[in-house]
Amino acid sequence: MSPTTTVDVAAAARAHPARLQLGRRLRSRSAIGVLMCLPLILLIGGLVGYPFFYSIYLSLLNKRETAFVGLANFRYLLTVDTFWMVVQMSFLFTGLAVLWKAILGFTLAVVINTLPVRGQRIWRGLSLIPWVMPLALSSLGWWWIYEPTHSALNWILALLGISPKPWLSEPSWAKFSVILVNIWYGTPFFMIIYLAGLKSIPNELFESSAIDGASAWQRLRFITLPMLKNIIAITVLFSTIVTFATFDIIRVLTRGGPRQSTHVFATYAFELGIATGDVPLGAAVSLFMFPILAVSAFFILRGIRRSTM
Amino acid sequence: MTLRTKRSRRKLTLVACYGILLLFVVFFLFPPYWMAITSLKTNHEIEGLKGIPLIIQEGVTFQHYRDLFEKTDFLIYFKNSVLVTVPVVFISMLISVLAAYALSRLGFLGAGVIGTAVFLVYLVPDSLLFIPLFKIIGMLGLLNSKWSLVLVYPTLIVPFCTWLLIGYFASIPKELDEAALVDGANHWQMLVRIFLPVAVPGIIAATIFAFTVSWSGFLYPLAFLFSSDQQVLTTGTVTSLIKGDVYHWGGLMAGAVLACLPPVLLYVFLMDYYISGLTSGSTKG
Repeated sequence: MSPTTTVDVAAAARAHPARLQLGRRLRSRSAIGVLMCLPLILLIGGLVGYPFFYSIYLSLLNKRETAFVGLANFRYLLTVDTFWMVVQMSFLFTGLAVLWKAILGFTLAVVINTLPVRGQRIWRGLSLIPWVMPLALSSLGWWWIYEPTHSALNWILALLGISPKPWLSEPSWAKFSVILVNIWYGTPFFMIIYLAGLKSIPNELFESSAIDGASAWQRLRFITLPMLKNIIAITVLFSTIVTFATFDIIRVLTRGGPRQSTHVFATYAFELGIATGDVPLGAAVSLFMFPILAVSAFFILRGIRRSTM
Repeated sequence: MTLRTKRSRRKLTLVACYGILLLFVVFFLFPPYWMAITSLKTNHEIEGLKGIPLIIQEGVTFQHYRDLFEKTDFLIYFKNSVLVTVPVVFISMLISVLAAYALSRLGFLGAGVIGTAVFLVYLVPDSLLFIPLFKIIGMLGLLNSKWSLVLVYPTLIVPFCTWLLIGYFASIPKELDEAALVDGANHWQMLVRIFLPVAVPGIIAATIFAFTVSWSGFLYPLAFLFSSDQQVLTTGTVTSLIKGDVYHWGGLMAGAVLACLPPVLLYVFLMDYYISGLTSGSTKG
């Protein structure tokens, strides 16, 4: 087809849109596809891609954002004690919270799955409530629960003959408290994903193994866990990202205190970048999260590709 | 194993299951319960150390709720939350539906790359980018304006909703749209007349997700907004209702309960859609 005829066809199409043939329309698919994706591309490019690179740029500036200082912000952070406490707390928080969310979520899913089908819906529904409430507001509720003199937790402890605890004012108890809230919030998510996974295991597998005399534990160990391996891995990685990036719970409950002991990357970055106004340093702190998030994302993507193929 | 021992063992398993479930449900529901009863107690009872705090003893009072409406900016926060959430849900769904249709049906060059990018962007948490976004919002002159949230919230919502809808659209048989194309439908008609009606459960799940994320957002409003007239419910309740060193727990809990109500009610009525959305794409937790 010569260039002139192409132009002619295009001109004809413009003049008589009704004459468009099916083949021609199939060729225009790409154009329509790109057009329909354009808002998405603009959104991701403008409000995720651009800010990401802008963040790197910001982290290379001095406090007043007037001069390039190279990696000085990153080097400086590595010399600050608080920063190392943040690193430690972030890993402790993520490790313990994800571990317990996975264990409790799995237990809950298995327990609910054992019930008669009619009864499952209500228990599943009730168990999901913590996950539905806005986290900042439920953290506010927890704050009140942890209140040392007038609230419920120490009252219950006293009832059991245990001495009251300074839930949020002593570093190790404060760490325990914020992790507990994260477990409370995230366990339902694990439960719902694992429950869906359990439903996808064919019942014949359990029936035939029961006839062979397998105990409940053996069925769990040799059928359920291997069948759910991929889902367990993806959910754990997924939750690792979200838990590692936690902000609401710590900001509301402790604001990083007492004595900076409960700061994680997100709250520390907020403290430096927004509250005290050192934007470049704050940007540097949040960028430290990136490698962990990127590695988890890589494995999630690999896991999902595998499970769909 | 005889039938009888089998049956009694089954019974024992069930009793154990209900026991464990009860522990879990007490753990899960204690915070909302505690928030709700605190909001209905008199100040005198909250501050008193007598009796059992787990129940209301001195009678129910709605004073905290009345104070919330009459003496604080709570209604402004509520209005702002609605003003932010409605356009965010609308914009997010529009972008997601268009993109999901294109990505699942129009197999063009780069569709695969965009699909993967959408998923990766979904994994980006708000706490990674709030500092550059703070600067960008400042440059756009939107600092301390609730409209900044309308601009940035879709980044948290659109990737997941697109991902979820791609899945729903992919389940629609290809013959359906090939037939429609031969009959002369254009892509817009196909999307509106065929895909949307079939994907209603997916659309509802995505809409609930969009609503919940927008309603619960905390980091962005905390970073971008500072005056009371621009606050939304999460930040307004947490920051502005706490005044001085004396915490008015009754009022605070009343505010938290009211602010939690819309997503919880939505969930109570549309639980099945919500859960199907959750499990089809894995949201965050």
